Amino acid sequence: MAPESRHNHRVYLWIPGSLAARAPRNDKVCFMTTAVTLDHATLRIGGRTILSDVSFAIREGEFIGVLGPNGAGKTTLMRSILGLLQPVTGSVRVFGRAPERGDPAIGYLPQLRTVQPDLRVRGFDFIASSLNGHRWGLPPFGNGNHALIDETLDAVGARDLSRRPLCEMSGGERQRLLLAQALIGNPKLLLLDEPLISLDARHQEVAIDVVRKVCRERGITVLFSAHELNQLLGTLDRVLYLGNTQAVLGTVDDVITAPVLSRLYGTDIEVVRAAGHIFVMSRGCDVERTDHAHDHDHAHEHEH
Amino acid sequence: MITRMSMSIDMFAYEFMTNAFAAAGIVAVVSGLTGFFLVMRGQTFAGHALSHIGFAGATGAGLIGLAPLWGLVGFTVAAGVLMGLLSERLSNRDVAIGVILALALGFGLLFLHYYTSFATQATALLFGNVLAVDRVMIVTLAALGTVTLIALAAIMRPLIFASLQPELAEAKGVPLRFISTAFLAIVALAVSACAQIVGVLLVFTLMVGPPAAAQRVTSGLWSGLILSAALALAEAWLGIAMAFYTDWPVSFCIALLSALAYFAALAWPSPRATHAHAH
Repeated sequence: MAPESRHNHRVYLWIPGSLAARAPRNDKVCFMTTAVTLDHATLRIGGRTILSDVSFAIREGEFIGVLGPNGAGKTTLMRSILGLLQPVTGSVRVFGRAPERGDPAIGYLPQLRTVQPDLRVRGFDFIASSLNGHRWGLPPFGNGNHALIDETLDAVGARDLSRRPLCEMSGGERQRLLLAQALIGNPKLLLLDEPLISLDARHQEVAIDVVRKVCRERGITVLFSAHELNQLLGTLDRVLYLGNTQAVLGTVDDVITAPVLSRLYGTDIEVVRAAGHIFVMSRGCDVERTDHAHDHDHAHEHEH
Repeated sequence: MITRMSMSIDMFAYEFMTNAFAAAGIVAVVSGLTGFFLVMRGQTFAGHALSHIGFAGATGAGLIGLAPLWGLVGFTVAAGVLMGLLSERLSNRDVAIGVILALALGFGLLFLHYYTSFATQATALLFGNVLAVDRVMIVTLAALGTVTLIALAAIMRPLIFASLQPELAEAKGVPLRFISTAFLAIVALAVSACAQIVGVLLVFTLMVGPPAAAQRVTSGLWSGLILSAALALAEAWLGIAMAFYTDWPVSFCIALLSALAYFAALAWPSPRATHAHAH
């Protein structure tokens, strides 16, 4: 039952002056600087309602674990924050403004796709392609962005990936490369879509540690979507749980409860706490685990 | 021996040979550069389908009295734009492309059936006839190639971004649909030019073989592009020279060299091995 108590020591690293600089204009939540606000927002894709009349406010500097069953709208939510999907009703605000495609204040790590086995693009070129990649014309000759790319790779301890071809990196290395890329340009908000998928348990821990360290240092707001709550317990400030077109934002103690999750899953949910872990069960099955077929080692120690 | 020697000196004395070298040179560079991105995007099969659709266009053009090249260009560009507009996902779907490809070849056959005097050109369309290229064709190919490369250069940066990381590129403001449509139209132009040299059935030899080999050997972007164009050029020119001495069909020689270069690249020691040794 220890993890809950640990949430009391969560730290907000406010960057001095960031409050003034980021003071939201025309924002309903004026008493607190918010990074992301949804106000009665309804998100729909092709006639299907993904999120319906959802309201919540994520504060600047918070580490938010975004959870929920497959198809609950984790990616859809991120796409709306990126300005790729307009809400049908209500509003989505990022740092008090309407989301804008290509906003440099947002770093984004999309869900991992399978990389073509023959693609021999080096880590360096992979990241370089994303720098001003929306501009027309030829890509730059030479290695003009070397310092910038080395710096961001150093931040996640992955300098050696610069010269390695993408197709020969492990899943963990690739995620590290993508994280490094997402950090370029010092974003204020980081959207990480399932960064733990395809990683084994050890690499998942490492990935979470890297994100936590860098983001706490830089005061970055993080939306970290995942299938599993337990590994994020020591890191996250609050949980955003999606399901059944609804979203609930709150502390682990408030959200990970049988009544709230039963509503979000639309079925009877039991929450079992044991050995510092929280298990969300439906009819005796762990719903987080049945979603995906990873073989994690349940018994491993959490060192937070 | 003496006749052989004089032949090697005289290879460029024939106008059809210099024409062939010029036309193949233009097409090889355009194919090598365009094909590089076709391979990078994993859309080689779409390129193959475009060439087959071009066959129907070329024979159809013959039926109504137009030059086959313009039928090729018209049909492939229209098909490329359509594939792009029907979304990226569809253009990557092998079965759908395969069905359209077969249908296009069928139409090509139908057009040939109704325009029998055109049938002599069928072989040239399918397997190319670089030795029959004239000055007018060289100028046309140069113009076609220039347009293709200018268009490619204009979209190259967002094209690479969108090919490597489509989701992120979209989030950063790259118009994915436009890029993929414009790219397939560019591929269509390159395919049309390429088909003049090696024929619609063998466009892979210049558009896929060289870039695939180049991407095996180097992992840099510019080095890969340059190597791809250089390989295509070398294969095309050596193929013509080889055909001159052996009397084998040019397209066979180019196809052979392209395959040899690709398999040699497969056997190339992986950079990973040297990387591992360095540690």
